Amino acid sequence: MHSSETPLISATETLTVPGKKRRWASNQARPVKSAKSDLVLRFVSYVFITLFALFCLLPFVLIVSASLSSESEIMRSGFGLLPKDFSFTAYEYIFKAPRQIIGSYVVTVVMTVTGTAVGLVVIAMTGFALFRQDFPFRNHISFFIYFTTLFSAGLAPTFLWVSNTLGLRGSYLAVWLPLLMTPWLIILMKNFMRTVPFEIVESGKIDGAGDFRIFWQLTLPMMKPALATVGLFLALGYWNEWYLSSLYLGSTVEFKPLQYYLYNIINTANALRNSVAGSNVSITDLPSNTLKMASAVVATGPILLLYPWVQKYFVSGITVGAVKG
Amino acid sequence: MSVKQAQARHSRPRAQRAGAGSQRRRRSVWKSIKDSRMLLVMCAPAILFFLVFNYGPLPGVWIAFTNFNYHDGIFGSPFVGFKNFDFLIKSGQLWTLTRNTVLFNLAFIVLGNVLQIAIAIMFNEVRLKFFKKVTQSVMFLPYFISVVLVGVIAFNLLNYDTGALNALIKATGGDPIKIYSMAGAWPLIIILVHLWQSTGYGSIVYFAAIMGIDKGLFEAAAIDGASAWQRIRYVILPSLKPTFIILLLFSLGGIMHGNFGLFWNLIGNNASLFSTTDIIETSVYRMVMSQNNFTTSTAVGLYQSLFGFAIVMIANWTVRKMNKDYALF
Repeated sequence: MHSSETPLISATETLTVPGKKRRWASNQARPVKSAKSDLVLRFVSYVFITLFALFCLLPFVLIVSASLSSESEIMRSGFGLLPKDFSFTAYEYIFKAPRQIIGSYVVTVVMTVTGTAVGLVVIAMTGFALFRQDFPFRNHISFFIYFTTLFSAGLAPTFLWVSNTLGLRGSYLAVWLPLLMTPWLIILMKNFMRTVPFEIVESGKIDGAGDFRIFWQLTLPMMKPALATVGLFLALGYWNEWYLSSLYLGSTVEFKPLQYYLYNIINTANALRNSVAGSNVSITDLPSNTLKMASAVVATGPILLLYPWVQKYFVSGITVGAVKG
Repeated sequence: MSVKQAQARHSRPRAQRAGAGSQRRRRSVWKSIKDSRMLLVMCAPAILFFLVFNYGPLPGVWIAFTNFNYHDGIFGSPFVGFKNFDFLIKSGQLWTLTRNTVLFNLAFIVLGNVLQIAIAIMFNEVRLKFFKKVTQSVMFLPYFISVVLVGVIAFNLLNYDTGALNALIKATGGDPIKIYSMAGAWPLIIILVHLWQSTGYGSIVYFAAIMGIDKGLFEAAAIDGASAWQRIRYVILPSLKPTFIILLLFSLGGIMHGNFGLFWNLIGNNASLFSTTDIIETSVYRMVMSQNNFTTSTAVGLYQSLFGFAIVMIANWTVRKMNKDYALF
């Protein structure tokens, strides 16, 4: 939506001193000097954004600080913004008997990698077909997919269907399969595809390439940002999964997906003790407060470390996805 | 359809065309299937997926009209008509759940959009690139993490014995408060947590819309001597209207659907908070997982789906009347 040189802009151009370069870089040109209200607004903006960013950040500081505190000091004076009586005890507990957490990591990483890869291929193929204007069934299939967001059976019938009819209760597949795709991700992929000129498809057809070849060799190489974005949302879905695990896995599997493992540590005392099984301590001796926080850090850490690199795909996903499909 | 085909059709005698109509239509469907078979194959996994996981459970809504038991199965269990719904309505449960779900969503929509638009406008005022980058990154962060961690954060802040809030109260000489048994406080807490988690994410859409505004409009406003407030009122806000309406329509469509993960990880099985915080999703989850109550939960779910569906249709129809371009479908 970048504006070309409209008459309005050229009119202001003549108002500025010739030869002097425009200083303003952003989309608000300032041919006249800033009014007082502009300065007030700018000041308020900096202050408010700083405060809100701090509001967003502080909870993370709380968790990390708590995980690095000593249990006795937390019991005495409670959690705070800074580590109290700095100590690695909680992390030592976790890594003394790391069987559970390593098992959970393996389960989550395997699910995330395979689910994202398979999901991406399926979503890209579907998005490509629905983007093709010459595909006569695109509206039928789009509606078939979109309808699932309008009407659903609800939890109880779905639960019975997946656990009894499909027989997936207690199987990792009950978690892995439903996360493969969402209507929203398919629409997102289709919206991204619109950036591919249709002439590419046409020229491929003229050269005698089949539909799959046009997709795989001509379209897909141009779709790297789209694949990164959709892949990020898929991976995030797998990494943060706890809900389907609570429905279909419960305590039937030895190694729970990471976030469900964390969920159990927070909510049941037994899970907390099992998480450090082998260290032979009674539940009352466990540094339960700091242990919970350290588990949260360990379960969340990797995704936060990756965050700076994947953030730009995240943003493009939000802006492209907001366009209706 | 190619030009040749079209010509062939017109050159054929009229009577012959009428007689062969249905046959030819069938043949043309067959032909388009054949022509696009590779594209159909490429869609097949997704079609199969939605068929199995979304359409498959649909017949199960029949449970809502039965006295379901495992032994007789969904269609063998005795039919009871609307008895399950009667119970829900008479006990007032359906009303409480609907009220909580809708009111929370309305609060999320109103406060969320106001805050998102305000922050987007403020971001547009920020000139320091580094500042903008860092603060934006920090604001997305809460959206990135799992709701389980949100529950951990709430525990850290609010628990009675060691919570950071009570630690602060005690440090300043006050008496600690039992937040996890104060039903009145939780709507506010849940709204704050929701805003904490979704504002940065939501503001990006509005910020992108502001970046797309014709620069000439800003220059013209500046020449006319518009104040900052006038610039916001007459240039920015009108330009955000289409984005706002589409997002509003999306969220109104989901007004009967709550954010289960957030509510469950904050409230869970804490019955003392249900009066103000129990939404349809959490109630259904409890019925299924801890009470094995499939009939009532299916009835609530069906009510939610039907009502939600009607609301999307009405919202879309209304917007379509106003301006066709804004409609979802």
